[in-house]
Amino acid sequence: MLAVEMIAITKTFAEKVIANNSISLSVKKGEVHAIVGENGAGKSTLMNILYGMYPPDKGKIQINGNEEIINSPARAIQLKIGMVHQHFMLVPPLTVLENIILGSEPEKNLLLDFKKAKERVSQITSSFKIDVNLETKIENLPVGLQQRVEILKLLYRNAEILILDEPTAVLTPQETNELFNTIDFLKSEGKTIILITHKLNEVKAISDTITVLRHGKVVGVTGTENATIESIARLMVGEDKIYEEKKANIREKKLILEVKNVTVLNENSVEAVKDVSFEINSGEILGIAGVEGNGQHELVEAISSIRKPAKGKITLNNAELKEEHNIAHIPADRHRNGIVMDFSVAENLILGREKENLFKKDITIDESKVKTFAEKLVHEYDIRPVDIDIKIKSLSGGNQQKAVVAREITKNSDLIIASHPTRGLDIKAASFVHNALIKESDKGKAVLLVSSDLAELLKLSDRIAVIYNGQINVIFDADKTNEYELGLYMTGSKVKNE
Amino acid sequence: MIENIFTYAFLLQTLRISVPYFLPSLGAAYSEKGGVVNIGLEGILLTGAFFTTLGTYYTQNIWIGILCGLTAGFLIALIHGIATITFKADQIVSGIALNLFALGLTKFLCRIIFNSSSNSARIPGLETVNIPLLSSIPILNNIFITFCIILLILSQIIFYRSKFGLRLRAVGENPAAADSLGINVLRIRYAGVLISGLLAGLGGAWLAFDQHSFTDGMSAGRGFIALAAMIVGKWKPMGAAAACLVFGFAESISIQFQGTAIPTQFIQMLPYILTIIILAGFIGKSTPPAADGIPYENTNK
Repeated sequence: MLAVEMIAITKTFAEKVIANNSISLSVKKGEVHAIVGENGAGKSTLMNILYGMYPPDKGKIQINGNEEIINSPARAIQLKIGMVHQHFMLVPPLTVLENIILGSEPEKNLLLDFKKAKERVSQITSSFKIDVNLETKIENLPVGLQQRVEILKLLYRNAEILILDEPTAVLTPQETNELFNTIDFLKSEGKTIILITHKLNEVKAISDTITVLRHGKVVGVTGTENATIESIARLMVGEDKIYEEKKANIREKKLILEVKNVTVLNENSVEAVKDVSFEINSGEILGIAGVEGNGQHELVEAISSIRKPAKGKITLNNAELKEEHNIAHIPADRHRNGIVMDFSVAENLILGREKENLFKKDITIDESKVKTFAEKLVHEYDIRPVDIDIKIKSLSGGNQQKAVVAREITKNSDLIIASHPTRGLDIKAASFVHNALIKESDKGKAVLLVSSDLAELLKLSDRIAVIYNGQINVIFDADKTNEYELGLYMTGSKVKNE
Repeated sequence: MIENIFTYAFLLQTLRISVPYFLPSLGAAYSEKGGVVNIGLEGILLTGAFFTTLGTYYTQNIWIGILCGLTAGFLIALIHGIATITFKADQIVSGIALNLFALGLTKFLCRIIFNSSSNSARIPGLETVNIPLLSSIPILNNIFITFCIILLILSQIIFYRSKFGLRLRAVGENPAAADSLGINVLRIRYAGVLISGLLAGLGGAWLAFDQHSFTDGMSAGRGFIALAAMIVGKWKPMGAAAACLVFGFAESISIQFQGTAIPTQFIQMLPYILTIIILAGFIGKSTPPAADGIPYENTNK
């Protein structure tokens, strides 16, 4: 029996962009159905239509065999469809319980019936083995648990069809495993799960059926057992082959960055980084692996001299780090630290570099030089659309990131700090960023790569340092370790290299 | 001097002074918890006072006067709601416009109705109200003080124990989340703004009865101070009430000091200085609702 059948769905935005072009989707009851595709392939749009967030321009939707018009999330909830959005829909200052009942509150004598709510939610948490304290405020929960709350919200509403939009994008490998256990359990309870993702190893591990989208169209539907990661990837990306840069071996090695016994305090004056030492040579990529919140953020801030270390010494090219520096820095949160959303692409491409002689005309900025420079970068780094005058906020996340990467690595700096440089990017954009980093290191630059994506670290790095609880206890040669081993050190299951 | 502070008269004075701060302040909490900044409260206070005067003057019945004040407050708040919630206008700009509009409207109507642009005719006050039982209890025999106490307790319950309160807090923090759960964000925001209009209109009614007339610009910045008090009180009914009482206390003291050797100008500064000291020093971080002041664009429809 089909839980969901979407027939020839078409959705156009602003009368130009065709997000969904006559897409049909059939999801069997009780299966895990993965929808895969690059950023902008139309996955989220399709699911938002199913959840009643957008009306489709054309097409029909059948739920459990009955044709339905889903014109609001409220209607979707009635039909027992629930969705966990990529950006969580939680209210941070409210408690877990308040967030779960919001919109479907039990009442008694005109007041909220917290007792009844708690009973019902506790029943769900115990039967689905999801453990979370109901009185905690959402803002005090780690991301993994926030996602649990999102799933609880759906179960509280008796959802039978659960849509999960990129659920693992923000999770650590361990949290991902827990999520998959939950998904397996939900499936065993007869729930239907639609999983949107672009991580193919996850698709292979958890799904029963795969629908592949490209440019707003269905390009393949297959049972998971008949597919390989390579065959899905080929469908997703199409004819364009992904080119992968190979690292060259630099012969002459020169010390670029030296971090010696550095201790860094965080906002609350707690030691976030404790007595950390490492070096990076020219032409070398050093990866920092770690679960978010173990000090990598503060370490990067210290090296990029945003935060002054409490103890220890950082030297760049054998000279003490100065406040006015010229380090290329691809920040973890591009929206907050990398770009100004309301500035044009050209303005963003010279952000922080506007003082360079390259753009000077007497005391003003030379617009024509900026223009030439920006146009060159937009072409070289394949930033789309090719228009340096539009606001950068109208670009996709991948293209915004390419702009940040372009600006930073074209700086005249011997050191590049890249924090989570491909977070949220699709395969093509990510491999573009990877290739750019490899090319720069081949030119003799030193790269510090912080990432929670272990596959990325293993692929790019020469050596990988694991940071746990503010300390680096172990540094591996990248070709002599694996994800499993790194995971053990990241979570503190192993501390020292025996 | 000190002995004058620990008297029944002083307590009553503090409470009476706090009333016209507290009512709009509580209103502001409803409006802003739902995500709409309403600096138009100053104008609503003034309009409420004028229409209360008008209604009472023609009917000689304070209850009809109060009803007129409430209606006026409701309508002005409705304009603010239509401008900022439906048409997504800037909330500060709309508020400023309403304040100027209220100032002009009341002056204009005062001129044509009472033939004076500064004063209305005299109206009866609350002394005419006689409620059995309550009238024999000190403090509570003032119906406005009784109103305020009831409204405070009721609001505390509404905010933290009712469905509406939960939804109000949710749409002020993350309207997209509320929307995704099938909650009508705009309707909840309207409710918050309209309640703020009713409460500020009631505050205006108090001003009119307290002075037995309407005078031009009689709100005298109380709506703005009420907003500040609500912020000092961290967007909570109890907090707003406490902040208003502190302000009422300071103003009472400054009245006590009048006629002493200290120049009046300094005495009159006291409440404001106290507010600044409290704001800067003792309250700690006061975080507004995350979506406060941001129109909700339902981009999907």
